[in-house]
Amino acid sequence: MCRTVDLRQAVLAKNAMAANILRSELTARGTTVINLLSSPGSGKTALLERELLLARERGITAAALTADLATENDATRLARSGVPVKQVLTDGLCHLEADMLAGHLHDWLPEDTRLLFVENVGNLVCPASYDLGETLRVVLASVTEGEDKPLKYPTAFGLANLVVVTKSDLAGPAGFDEAAFRDHVERVNPGVEVALTSVRSGEGAGVLVDRALAAAEGHAVHAPVMARAEA
Amino acid sequence: MHEMSVALSVVDQVEQAARANGARGVRQVRVDIGELAGVVPDSLAFCFELACAGTALEGARLVMRPVPGRASCAPCGRTWDTGMPPDLVCARCRSAATELLSGRELRITQVQWTTEAAAPPPAPAGRTEEN
Repeated sequence: MCRTVDLRQAVLAKNAMAANILRSELTARGTTVINLLSSPGSGKTALLERELLLARERGITAAALTADLATENDATRLARSGVPVKQVLTDGLCHLEADMLAGHLHDWLPEDTRLLFVENVGNLVCPASYDLGETLRVVLASVTEGEDKPLKYPTAFGLANLVVVTKSDLAGPAGFDEAAFRDHVERVNPGVEVALTSVRSGEGAGVLVDRALAAAEGHAVHAPVMARAEA
Repeated sequence: MHEMSVALSVVDQVEQAARANGARGVRQVRVDIGELAGVVPDSLAFCFELACAGTALEGARLVMRPVPGRASCAPCGRTWDTGMPPDLVCARCRSAATELLSGRELRITQVQWTTEAAAPPPAPAGRTEEN
């Protein structure tokens, strides 16, 4: 006998549930998660290195977890800031999922961590679909990647709470059209903040820490249009 | 390429529901895929076949229904197809107070499974139809 049944289940329901549990647990102990997404080579690690150092200088307890397909290079770089750092090797998987993150935090994350920065696998496609229990999702793009990046990866940029442009010191030589980039971001994510940064020139120093702290203190973060629809 | 993760989630959820309802095998799975869900249908179909191997879904057919992106403007009430990449700013009043009506779906909607004719399982939740 053959039976047809209406199931009506979100495909990523399991991840969404794990993410919500992790967000509640971490928020209850005073930890706020910041999920960083970008293409490989956009400068996530360099920016994070600077922001972790700034957090430490300001007496804010921060930690960082960095995910890559292979090598511990990023953790070695981030550890120079002096904050607790953990490298996660995904063995080829293109993104982190909430239960994977929860498993890695379990016996590592120091109790008093205020801000936990998660450097996702360098990829603007897959990580966009997975909530990690973050309070702030930051999508980064460097000035050398082209102004149309937000249109090419609309899911990633469309779900960002904050967009960060990196390597702004190279904007001139790269011919970066900032107005066009902002227009493209606005089209897929109306109202989201776009912040310019450069580790070399110091532009936008502290922007990640400031926005993360504001979110940790309960200030409303930007709610993207795309995040307001049922998945 | 996270379609394999998505396919594994579909198989896992359908298999659980099938087992809970005493189904022997699954013949067909229907899913809604929004234009803005970030999933490539061809890639998902390929991964689904692999993910089904050795499970109760072995040989099952995947029927994908594309759902277009639709948005509406809160101030002026205009509704439009978002397109891809989506345009989420109202072309009439330039307002950014947009609501997304559809397009982010990634949902299992209906499953067809076979059951033991002699001992019908308890009716599962939701509307069912026999054929």
